[in-house]
Formats: sequence, structure tokens, C-alpha cells
Amino acid sequence: MSGTHEVVTQADESAVKPKRRASPVLIVLGMLVAWFVITRLTVLVSGTTTHWDSPSANDFIFPGWFGTSWFNKPMFLALLGACGVLVFWLLASRNLKLVPGRGQFFAEYIYNFVRGIGRDMIGPGYNRFMPYLLTLFSFVLVSNWFGETFLFMFPTFSRVSYSYAAALLTFAVYVGSGLRRHGLRYFKVASVPSGVPVWLYPIIVPLEFLSSFITRPVTLSVRLFANMFAGHMSIMVFVGGGAALLTWAGNVFYNVTGVVSMLFGLLMLLLELFIGYLQAYIFTILAAQYIGSSVGEAH
Amino acid sequence: MTGNELVPLIDLGPLAPELPEFLAGLVLLGLMWVVIAKAVAPRFETLYEHRASEIEGGIQHAEKIQTEADQARELYEQKLAEVNESVARAREEAKVRGEQIVREAKEHAALEQARMIAQARAQISAERQQAAHELTAQVGGLATTLAGRIVGESLDDDQRARRTVDRFLADLEAQPVRTAPDGAQ
Repeated sequence: MSGTHEVVTQADESAVKPKRRASPVLIVLGMLVAWFVITRLTVLVSGTTTHWDSPSANDFIFPGWFGTSWFNKPMFLALLGACGVLVFWLLASRNLKLVPGRGQFFAEYIYNFVRGIGRDMIGPGYNRFMPYLLTLFSFVLVSNWFGETFLFMFPTFSRVSYSYAAALLTFAVYVGSGLRRHGLRYFKVASVPSGVPVWLYPIIVPLEFLSSFITRPVTLSVRLFANMFAGHMSIMVFVGGGAALLTWAGNVFYNVTGVVSMLFGLLMLLLELFIGYLQAYIFTILAAQYIGSSVGEAH
Repeated sequence: MTGNELVPLIDLGPLAPELPEFLAGLVLLGLMWVVIAKAVAPRFETLYEHRASEIEGGIQHAEKIQTEADQARELYEQKLAEVNESVARAREEAKVRGEQIVREAKEHAALEQARMIAQARAQISAERQQAAHELTAQVGGLATTLAGRIVGESLDDDQRARRTVDRFLADLEAQPVRTAPDGAQ
């Protein structure tokens, strides 16, 4: 046994050895040369850059298409995302089987994920809010990932109006469900926490009221918007700036640095994929929590 | 922004809402909500209900089968006990019967033995008697002949001699039976 092992390892070593003989120094040197050549070639092919505008809030403003002032790229992406979400769920929910196939398993995995959020945050009666939570999660997730989808490269929710719309709708849902559950007493439930001594009411009640009816929708929308805005901005900085550096006229050091910047932009892209998912999850979980606090017993 | 538009008190920058986008967001979210609420979520929830009831049904089925198996096992255990009991009883009976048979056989054998012994004895005694008769006659004859040889004259056909022999033999028969060695017994 040990004899055959030795033979095998020797054979492996002899097979690997020719590659190992190339010293690390040579490899690094070769890479640097290749890098240098590529950057020069890029400059040769695409011409040189002498000017670059750093990304700003203006990069989030798009002109209207088809002669309108309002139908622009973000709106097209929102429409596309909504259609995609609808098509996906309509196809996925068609012909559901007790024993799921591969596609149904995937759809059920997502559905169950959102269902788990609802069950944990809302508790009994969460089924009624499942459609809304599923809508929120799917649409926010898809829209956020549009920011990392080549060809689109724009997260819809980095236009704050869409975030406002989602937050306002959520606000309407949790206030509406609270009113439906408690009637007008809901305002008391939402702004007077139980177990607080009466002499603290002058401080607590305005704070709770503010938290329930102002802070929640504002933070919901601004959190989502700001994350997507900043993420898209950082990608623009690293990718756009990297591209500019790569072709900068008459500065080899810039050209070489541009590759680093582009690679870092790729990392940011991956990070943004994660953040896009995370924001969709947070938005959904907070919406579910707000609904839960509205329809639950007085806290 | 031109001078004619309303200028907000603070410049919200990118946080400033725009009505078309806001409305589009609301409409799209509402549309998705309605469609998912009408068509998608109910299908999933029905599926989960079906699945749960299916699992419940499976559990009930298993419970039923379990009960049946328990009943069958009880039945078999009962039958096994019965069989064991009857086997024990049969064994006991066989033992008793065997003992009886052995006893009967022993008795029978003893009777047979006694009978055979009696028969043998009767036969022996008959044969002995016969032999004794024959012997008496022969011995008488022989003795007379011998005596005649010794005396030197024939004692045959002598009425007196024959009577003497007969008397001698009769004495012989009457007397020494007890003293003789007892071969027949």
C-alpha cells in the first residue's frame, strides 16, 4: 500500500515540477509586463482620456424617453421589474404539485423564506399579509439587483420616489391593519406603551407617536434609498474612475492603477449584490414587524 | 429650476420626491400586490394546506395500521397461549396415559408370567409323573432282571416278585421325595 502511494506521489511531483520551476519572481514580472502591455493596448484601442467628471447626484437623473418628461430609464426598469416579478410568480404558482419539481422547489424556497419572516414577525394571522410581503421582497430584491445587472446597471430604488412609494404603501398597510384590528383605539395602542408610569406620558407619548407615524416610514424609505444610492455611486466611482484611469493620456502609472480600481469595482459589485439582498430582507422584515405591532395585542 | 416654479424651503437634493415616479411606484406595487394576492399566494397556501392534510392523513393511516397490527399481535399471543396450554395438557395426558399403559403392561406381563409359570409347572409335573410311571415300570423290570441274574434264575412272571417290586416302589415313592435334590423347583 505505502509503496504504491509513494509511486503516485513521485509521479505527481514529476508532473508538477516543470511548472514549479518557474520562480514566483518571474511570474510576478510576467504579470506586470502583461498588465503594462494590456493597459497600453487599451489606450491605443480606445484612445486617451484627459477629463473625468466624478459621479454625483446628477448621474441619477435621467432624461425622459419618447418625448415624455417622465418615462425614463428608472421607470422603465421599475416596469420591467414589476413585470418580471409578476411573470415569475404567475408561472411559479401555476400547476403546483404536492411533490415539488426543481422549479417549484426554488419558488417554494423563496415563498417559504418570506413566509418565515411573516410568521416570526406577525404571528397568527400572518397569512393575510403574505401577498404584500411577497410583493415587497420580490420587487425590492429584483430592483436592487438591477444595479448589478449589466445592460441595466441601475438600482431603481436609488431614485428616492420609489422608496417613498414603497414606504408609504407599507405605512398605509400597517396603519390600516391596525385600525381594522383595534378601531380608533389603534392610535392609543401605537403611541401609549403599556407599563409606563403615567407621569412619563408627556415625554413618551409624543415620542412613540412620532416613531410610529413619522420615523418609521421615513427611515424605511431613506434607508433603502441611501443604501442603493451610495452603492451605485461607489460602483460608478470605481468602475468609471477605473476606466478613466486606464486610458488616461500620458500617465502610465494612472493606466496601471486603473486595473486595480476596476478589480475593486468588481468586488464592490459583489458586495452590492449582497447589500441589495440585505436591503430587500430588511425592508420586508421591518414591514412585517410594523404590521405585527399593529395587529398584535397592545404592547 | 426656473424662477417661476415653487422653490422649497430647503433643498432636498436627491431626497426630493418626484410625482410621476412616486405614482408609478405606488401603482406598480399595488398591481403586483393585487395580482399576487388574487392568484399567487392562494395557490401556495392551498398547496401547503393540501400538503399538511396529506401528511396528517398519512399519520392517521399509519396509526390505523398500527392499531390493526397491535390487535393482530394480541390475537396471536392469545392463540399462542392457548396452544401452549393445550400442548402442556396433552403432554400431561400422555404422561398419565403412558404410566397407565406401562402399569397395565406390567400387570399383564406379571399375569402372563404367572400363567406361564403355572402352565410350565403343570407340564413339568405331568411329565414328571409320566416319567415316574415309565421309570417305575422300567426300574421294576430292570431290578427284577438284575435280581434274577444275581440269583441265577428267572424271576419273570412271578406274581410274588412283581408284588414285591411294586411295594418297594410304592415305598420309594412315598418316602424320599423331600430328601431328593430338588431340580424341578
